[in-house]
Amino acid sequence: MKTVRWSIPLALFVVLIAFLWVGLGRDPREVPSPLIGKPAPSFALHQLHGDKPLSTAELRGKVWLLNVWASWCVSCRVEHPLLLQLAKAGIVPVYGLDYKDKPDDARAWLAQNGDPYTASIVDQDGRVGIDYGVYGVPETFVIDRLGIVRYKQIGPLSVESLQEKVLPLVRELQK
Amino acid sequence: MIPEVGHFALIVALLTALVQGILPMLGAAIREPRLMALARPAARAQFVLVALAFACLAWSFVANDFSVQNVATNSNSELPLHYRVAATWGSHEGSLLLWTLMLGGWSFAVTLFSRNLPAPMLARVISVMGLVSAGFLLFLLFTSNPFERLMPAAAEGRDLNPLLQDPGMVFHPPLLYMGYVGFSVAFSFAIAALLGGRLDATWARWSRPWTTVAWAFLTVGIALGSGWAYYTLGWGGWWFWDPVENASFMPWLTGTALIHSLAVTEKRGAFKSWTVLLAIIAFSLSLLGTFLVRSGVLTSVHAFATDPARGVFILAFLAIVIGGSLALFAYRAGKVGLGGTFGLLSRESMLLANNVLLMVALASVLLGTLYPLFLDALNLGKISVGPPYFDTVFYPLMAPAAFLMGVGPLARWTRTPLPELAARLRWALGVAAATALVTPLLLGRWSLLVAFGLFLAFWIFATTVVNLRQRLSTSPRRGTLAKLRANSPSYYGMVLAHLGVGVFIIGVTLVKGYEVEKDVRLDVDESVALGGYEFKFLGVTPQPGPNYRALTGKVEVRKDGRLIETLAPEKRIYNASGQSMTIAAIDTGPWGDRYVSLGEPVSADATNIHGPWGVRIYLKPFVDWIWMGAFLMALGGFIAVSDRRYRLALKTRASRVFGDAVGHAGAD
Amino acid sequence: MRPCLRLACGIALVAFALVAAATKMDAPADAAFDTRIKTLESELRCLVCQNQTLADSNASLAEDLRREVRELALSGKSDNEIRAYLVARYGDFVLYDPPLKRTTWLLWIGPFALLAGGGMLWWTVLRRREHAGRSTQRTTDPHAEARGRALLDDSDEPPHTG
Repeated sequence: MKTVRWSIPLALFVVLIAFLWVGLGRDPREVPSPLIGKPAPSFALHQLHGDKPLSTAELRGKVWLLNVWASWCVSCRVEHPLLLQLAKAGIVPVYGLDYKDKPDDARAWLAQNGDPYTASIVDQDGRVGIDYGVYGVPETFVIDRLGIVRYKQIGPLSVESLQEKVLPLVRELQK
Repeated sequence: MIPEVGHFALIVALLTALVQGILPMLGAAIREPRLMALARPAARAQFVLVALAFACLAWSFVANDFSVQNVATNSNSELPLHYRVAATWGSHEGSLLLWTLMLGGWSFAVTLFSRNLPAPMLARVISVMGLVSAGFLLFLLFTSNPFERLMPAAAEGRDLNPLLQDPGMVFHPPLLYMGYVGFSVAFSFAIAALLGGRLDATWARWSRPWTTVAWAFLTVGIALGSGWAYYTLGWGGWWFWDPVENASFMPWLTGTALIHSLAVTEKRGAFKSWTVLLAIIAFSLSLLGTFLVRSGVLTSVHAFATDPARGVFILAFLAIVIGGSLALFAYRAGKVGLGGTFGLLSRESMLLANNVLLMVALASVLLGTLYPLFLDALNLGKISVGPPYFDTVFYPLMAPAAFLMGVGPLARWTRTPLPELAARLRWALGVAAATALVTPLLLGRWSLLVAFGLFLAFWIFATTVVNLRQRLSTSPRRGTLAKLRANSPSYYGMVLAHLGVGVFIIGVTLVKGYEVEKDVRLDVDESVALGGYEFKFLGVTPQPGPNYRALTGKVEVRKDGRLIETLAPEKRIYNASGQSMTIAAIDTGPWGDRYVSLGEPVSADATNIHGPWGVRIYLKPFVDWIWMGAFLMALGGFIAVSDRRYRLALKTRASRVFGDAVGHAGAD
Repeated sequence: MRPCLRLACGIALVAFALVAAATKMDAPADAAFDTRIKTLESELRCLVCQNQTLADSNASLAEDLRREVRELALSGKSDNEIRAYLVARYGDFVLYDPPLKRTTWLLWIGPFALLAGGGMLWWTVLRRREHAGRSTQRTTDPHAEARGRALLDDSDEPPHTG
């Protein structure tokens, strides 16, 4: 019938509105990580405290978190208490990637605010960050026993994200 | 006090808009002249009220009233006066008020220039505009009140974004909105026609000048935006296919298709349903653009600060207005009736092809702009769609349209014999091809793309000459001047607009084909050569500005040893916000620009400004032809609407045809 | 074609050629590598900006990524390899030129499919109009038809003097 032809614009528009509606709930600036399910990029970097370098090879066999932070990062302060609690609970080791920071500033910051990290490595020029696809600070990666990246948290950790995503995943991987 | 007056004015304006939107439409439906007669006064009152509100906001900015949230966030007492005024529309709330003001202004204009419209038609047109106004006023009052108070009042404002402290900010948004919002008139005419059930050549004749003027303003608005970005952003780019740029370009493409389609409907009574649909689409794209820019669904340098709640409101508004219009179209368009017939080779078929090409281009731009959102909504990942995609898709679509621009005006209505058309075009083809082949060689480097672009431009020029010649030679008058005067402004408008497209194509082709850039480290008194010019860097000196501190560089431009120009690129730090800006210095000429901007100081000590600096130098051949072409297009549009037939013929024809109907409550 | 018009065209061509010669550009020879880098950077996205290319952004991450691109290019990697390097780390989001894959098939084919569709629509409409015209055509007075043609040609001219 003729009305079908004239209804095509309306039909297309309804589809468009549906997409725009869903789009309202999305963040166009969030970049998902292509590393999920792939091996965590290897690094061998000096630590903040001590002389020994730390490499990814040493971390095989255990589930661990990589938390990207810096002393100049404001949002990091928001998640820091959660990291301290996590460290105290001893569920999973948290390693820090001190991103584009001055080591002295970083050490001072940890001394002042508490150090939740089993160890913190220094990535002054940001190269390891680029390998991990870091584009903002803070970010947190969950890596399993085989060294595969399983999850990336963009932005500061929250109670919800810990309870709903990170901790259940960690427990699952630790079995 | 004044902000409260403004706020109150908006509330009363909303009530007036509701009256304007409902009662005259009702009157047209039940044939009640007194209700229909409310249209003009309601529209005028609504405009005055919104204008009052706008004046109150502007006053708050000028008077530095930092107890108004909007003023405190977007202005500063050190801001020069003209930027304080421009800051009125520098925020989401303020620009929305500008939108509403423009809408009221267009409604007011319709009440003035509609003496020959039959009452039911006018009533419906004004009502539709009233409903749209009501929607915007609701949006303003409930989610985006520009008169929100700040308690306690701030001592000082946070300053207008330094990127906006520019003459561009004074002109670009108002002119752009004049165009954007102006399509609401064509939209209202379309809806009124669908509601009234009658759609004919007379309707097209009424709609056409309104659409052309809106289109011309939009052309100027976009051109200003592009030129502003060119000299302000520091790297000489003039179009990025950014979502917000596309949001203004899509209505423009549709508007261009619409003014051509209206020509056919007006002269030949054909394409009626299609023209109505285009009118609906054009304004719908304006509304969609408003949504995209303010809802946060797309990322852009240009987007306003976003709030999901606002996004939901606008989306609902979109759904109602556009959905309603398209539903009405689906229901009524079939009853409009088919127009005239025409052959395969005719002006109608050429214009139809023009429309098809423009709408395919539009659909492609829409697809590219929204595709990242589509994929994200379907959880299929995140991608970016940028200039590489749009350039690849858009230019091949527009090339045939540019070619047809030469053929269409030379084709006859209804039917053009091919041999005749070919004979007219042969000379133009030869001239265009010859010039296009030769010119790139003379410019220094032959390139197929450049040759092709130049061919299209010269084709347009040559066919225009052929067209003009033919007009003059077949004119029954004596004397060249009389022959020229015999042609209507509508004709000359078309000629100028098409020439403008040719000029634009030359600008784009040559700039893309031949622009060069050099990013160098220069010591004080060191020179660098680029493209036959010599640029000598003479160091940087600190200089204070009205509300910023500047580091002003000095670069001398020489050609063959002779000093042409001394440029002063700057790096500014604005006092209130601490934001920094790079201000390029441009030596403009008709054959191209020399464009210089400062990078960073590159001494070992980064704070030493008296040492060497990073300097970026660009040569942009024929770049100003881009905006010159756009202005010619707009000028053509304005000249076309000055045609007296829109005023005289309307009177005679309308009174002849509708003289009876207007008197009675009978025919529509 | 009339001789004076031919002359006019010749003059116009020569004039334009002279102007063109005056604006003659010569691209510097050493620019090849830099141009390649610039082009590559202008097709990559700055991840932390509001829609800017890697070439134009002042952000610190953008500087780092520009450094990466340059080092990769200097070490002999091709454009595709450099793009693949960044995509492996940041996903397709970093490319302004969307790659052709299953999910972007519609994006790339769309415009051309629409053009084909539009062309067919154009043809169909013309066919229909032509047939409709032929079925309603009547024989007319040839003299009137000629006048009609002339009027149609100059249909932009108002019927009364302007």
